[in-house]
Amino acid sequence: MEIDPFIFRLSIFILSIFIGYYVVWSVTPSLHTPLMSVTNAISSVIIVGAIIAGLAGSTGNVFTISNILGFLAISLAAINIFGGFLVTQRMLQMYKKKKKDK
Amino acid sequence: MSSNLSAIFYLVSGVLFILALRGLSSPETSRQGNFFGILGMVIAITVTFLSVGSFSSGLIYVLIFLLVGGLIGAFIAYKIPMTAMPELVAGFHSLVGLSAVFVAISAFLNPEAFNLGSPGAIKLASLIEMSIGAAVGAVTFSGSVIAFLKLQGIMSGSPITFKGQHFLNALLLISILILSYLLCSSQSSNFFWILIAVSFLIGFLLIIPIGGADMPVVISMLNSYSGWAAAGIGFTLENTALIITGALVGSSGAILSYIMCKGMNRSFFNVILGGFGATEQSASTGNKEQRPVKIGNAEDAAFLMKNASSVIIVPGYGMAVAQAQHALREMVDTLKKNDIKVTYAIHPVAGRMPGHMNVLLAEANVPYDEVFELEEINNDFANADVAFVIGANDVTNPVAKTDPQSPIYGMPVLDVEKCKSVLFVKRSLSPGYAGIDNELFYKDNTLMLFADAKKMTEDITKNL
Repeated sequence: MEIDPFIFRLSIFILSIFIGYYVVWSVTPSLHTPLMSVTNAISSVIIVGAIIAGLAGSTGNVFTISNILGFLAISLAAINIFGGFLVTQRMLQMYKKKKKDK
Repeated sequence: MSSNLSAIFYLVSGVLFILALRGLSSPETSRQGNFFGILGMVIAITVTFLSVGSFSSGLIYVLIFLLVGGLIGAFIAYKIPMTAMPELVAGFHSLVGLSAVFVAISAFLNPEAFNLGSPGAIKLASLIEMSIGAAVGAVTFSGSVIAFLKLQGIMSGSPITFKGQHFLNALLLISILILSYLLCSSQSSNFFWILIAVSFLIGFLLIIPIGGADMPVVISMLNSYSGWAAAGIGFTLENTALIITGALVGSSGAILSYIMCKGMNRSFFNVILGGFGATEQSASTGNKEQRPVKIGNAEDAAFLMKNASSVIIVPGYGMAVAQAQHALREMVDTLKKNDIKVTYAIHPVAGRMPGHMNVLLAEANVPYDEVFELEEINNDFANADVAFVIGANDVTNPVAKTDPQSPIYGMPVLDVEKCKSVLFVKRSLSPGYAGIDNELFYKDNTLMLFADAKKMTEDITKNL
């Protein structure tokens, strides 16, 4: 019997949880705020679903409810992507080491 | 682009996201990590456009909305003050939640576009995944909105509780399960709408009983939820990048919640089921008599610090509220010119989100290798001359070590009282969030400085 592709996706999911577990424990506590903002930004990869929804339906009418929700979701996710990565960048640039000499 | 090729690219962007988190293990590699994250996102978005292939006239709108959202996001990222980071993150979580809901609804209404079957005959597995994505997304959205309102001060930070709250929540959770079952067996859209509405309600009810100082747990928890919502949608869309990311973000948020709970010595359920104010009310009453405290002014504080050889600074949420981080840094610069050793001690739950204080100090140009976590620095208090507590309270309360009756008993605290002298900047003698008196105020070696944190710090600098 063939294995349902769902099982493969589930495997990826479970293994990623473990990767996440070990990677996040190695994050230094002083970077926990940037960690939150960057996880925020990357979870907005949900935009791929929004783009598919927005581009759906090749014929004339692009204003079905499904499309419009796609467009809105694109905006929301885009706010998050740009806002999340840029604010993380801004924060990380502030973390500086002590200068050796005064 | 063939779907196999695009699946490989999605995998690549998933791996890049893992590297993005990996980079955060030290400040030196963190910027590179962020770059990996951006790269992963660019790949994912590009591949999505290429794999759709035949562009409908919807393309122009997709690009417009992408651009508008991007501009808004970039604008917010440049304008936001560092003290408002908890609100910003809560706000961002709500957007992830809402877009998960939108994508789920969109997939439900137009399943052909996502290869999930046709309306009324959606594949069972997809339907379940969709419901999970939509429900968790809705909880994330309404929960984050409440967290945002509380952090922003639009809504009172004190816990809102009512009788039968837990019963109602349990009832709603059960109804979610029933609704999902009905939805899957009947494919009727009505159940889908009710499911989403009930989920919004749960998110709302889940966060209103949680008080202000428990916000670090709430934000981490919502971070986790936003990840699980993304993963649910990832299963629906059969998209590896989304599944990997969802799992990463979900476990990241869960770990942060765990660390925050441990920092308060409370179980996760204890925090979620209602704040200190709700369960420990008896603690704040009683003991109302006035006890003597030593009150000092900026000159006294400056005198003490000038004659010290080492000073440890303990910042807390009050520093963020007073925006005192830059003034503090100036004071420390002056101290260092007098060859006084200065370090910073940060409690895990100081502030309103994990790492909140570190970001504020970094903003004020404090080098990160002068900033220490609780375990690293707690033994140093005994050898330090002065502890300068600015805007922190409960996290310094020695009662947590001595009084088993205290609601904060067992919580790890900074051993501030072991210093030769303690300077405590505070606006008044009012108790902290936990509603209990801080024993530290009444110690012989404690000098209370009643003033706004920023003003007091500036005055001390003038007197040094």
